[in-house]
Amino acid sequence: MTLLSLLGVLSSAIFSGISLLYTTLGEVIHERSGIVNLGLEGVLLVSASSGFAVTVVTANPFLGVLVAMIAGALMNMILGYLVIRREANQLASGLALMFFGFGVSALIGRPYVGAKINALPRLPLPGLGNLPKLYSSLFSFDILIYLAIPCAVLVWWLLFRTRWGLGLRAVGENADTAYASGRDPRLIRFQALFLGGLLAGLGAAHLSIAYTMNWSEYMTAGRGFIAVALVIFSRWHPLRAIVGALLFSGAVAFQLLLQSSGVQISPFLLDTIPYILTILVLIAWGGNRKQSAPASLGRIYHGTE
Amino acid sequence: MSTASSAASRPILPARLRDAVGRNLLMVLLAVLSFGVILLLSGKDPIQSYADILRSTLGSAYGLSEVVVAMIPMLITALAVALPARIGLINVGGEGQLYIGAAFATWAALTLGYLSPWILLPLMMLLGMVGGALWAFIPGYLKAIGLVNETITTLLLNSVAPKVVGFLIFGYWHSAMDTVKTTNFVPAARLPAFFGTRIHLGMVLALVLLTAFWFVMKYTRWGLEMRAIGGNPQAARRNGIPLSRYLLSIMCIGGAIAGLAGMSQVSGFYGVLILNFSMGLGFMGFLISWLAGGDPLGIVLMSAVVAIITTGGNLLQLTRDLPYAVINILLAFTLFVVLARPRFFEGKKA
Repeated sequence: MTLLSLLGVLSSAIFSGISLLYTTLGEVIHERSGIVNLGLEGVLLVSASSGFAVTVVTANPFLGVLVAMIAGALMNMILGYLVIRREANQLASGLALMFFGFGVSALIGRPYVGAKINALPRLPLPGLGNLPKLYSSLFSFDILIYLAIPCAVLVWWLLFRTRWGLGLRAVGENADTAYASGRDPRLIRFQALFLGGLLAGLGAAHLSIAYTMNWSEYMTAGRGFIAVALVIFSRWHPLRAIVGALLFSGAVAFQLLLQSSGVQISPFLLDTIPYILTILVLIAWGGNRKQSAPASLGRIYHGTE
Repeated sequence: MSTASSAASRPILPARLRDAVGRNLLMVLLAVLSFGVILLLSGKDPIQSYADILRSTLGSAYGLSEVVVAMIPMLITALAVALPARIGLINVGGEGQLYIGAAFATWAALTLGYLSPWILLPLMMLLGMVGGALWAFIPGYLKAIGLVNETITTLLLNSVAPKVVGFLIFGYWHSAMDTVKTTNFVPAARLPAFFGTRIHLGMVLALVLLTAFWFVMKYTRWGLEMRAIGGNPQAARRNGIPLSRYLLSIMCIGGAIAGLAGMSQVSGFYGVLILNFSMGLGFMGFLISWLAGGDPLGIVLMSAVVAIITTGGNLLQLTRDLPYAVINILLAFTLFVVLARPRFFEGKKA
């Protein structure tokens, strides 16, 4: 095992984990307001395909990222209409949104299968410019990677250090009480879904425009569900979401390392690590669950009399 | 549609019934129109497409039989959700339980293929149910001892199960030609099909199970106790109903039913275990059960609607050169309008 291959593993693990971090952050925001989005898989697919399509057409990856974000937010608005306005069941609505995303993304992405794009430009890590090209190319990251952790801190600040975040968490704990203290639970949930959709769109954009640089049907391969799992793993906290995404990246890196060193462990089994760890973590703190999950997660707000 | 079923299953004034039928027709029309716009935007003739969907599914004996074939796994997975829902358990894990059931049944098909079908098929059914039940035991147990919510665990285990199946196929079971599927099952391991169509014994299983579900809920002590738990678990417990025993066993039975759906798919439909063969059947079952309000007749009707859409989608792909996944849009529009329906039939929980 050479240093070069080790660094290569590290670099590709970072690339594969970053889309998850953004998606998880988005899900943290709207789960904090009390809404589970099981349709995240569909949201990611629609964002990834529309972002990719716009990048192909305009040859501008930044425009692609923007469109992906807007697409994510609009998808979440559909969920918002169903579960907030029509008071439909969140799990069923999320799954319906997932099927919607399967269809819409296939339709949008169809003409662009196999298209070449200008990917998001990659900038070398500052201070590593003098390294041999072989090394520095491994550590050239796109802007979304550099912004991922600041973004997690920003979400933390929004949720825990602003009035808006306080209101949002209050709605997630008890919508009636939040209403009594002068907040509009429905409006706040819509805002949370919109913001969460923007972040999911960022994650999806990184996947199709920066990382894989192509579009294929079902390309997200379960990332939406991994993100839902990571939200629980990180106990609805944006900073712990970084740890969750690292865990996923670590599993990917571990898998690549084993493969390159000739050890035969089925990649299928390694893929299960994030889920099994999440279940174990849930069991470990099963007793004091109340301190972390938003109390009215999944509940319908029928309005206050 | 689902609401039509709930209208049929309880006495409702004629005026109210007319109103309900009107609303349902309006909802269907809304879904059809929305998808028509999408078809138009992608340069297709919507009227022609819809005519194709209807002609290919309801317009011929073959098409009709294909709709029934597509309904089989939906009926069974919907029941796997509807039963636990009666005592307030939310089983989102049909997808995972289905995969593990399919894997258990496949083991018998591959290693005991020399047995007579009279022994092999019941054994595969049993193993499929054991596999699904084991997979549901984990969330059921964690729920029964009050540790972790079953919604989360069943959801997480959904993502684990296909990978376990992938591991088994890729590592041990794959055929000489292809690493993503097993060798074809021997004829003795195939559920028999009827009338020269692809309708297989799974349909009979599904209908028997649905009838049994209806009967147990309505006429037995278990049904009464389960309805009591669904109404108010704490009150039921204080009246001497063994709550945690019910939680665990009903979750496992739900898992067993989903496992049977997996067995019926690999043995009746495919005749081979393929990597990622389900593509969301378990989730579809959850949606169908929820939209049908957990009502057996509603499950049959809702499955028929979904099956017509997905089967019609197959043809749409062939003649209209649209990706198959596009049919999911029509499906989703139908689901959206049902989900967003006016709060007209209050009362039933899924």
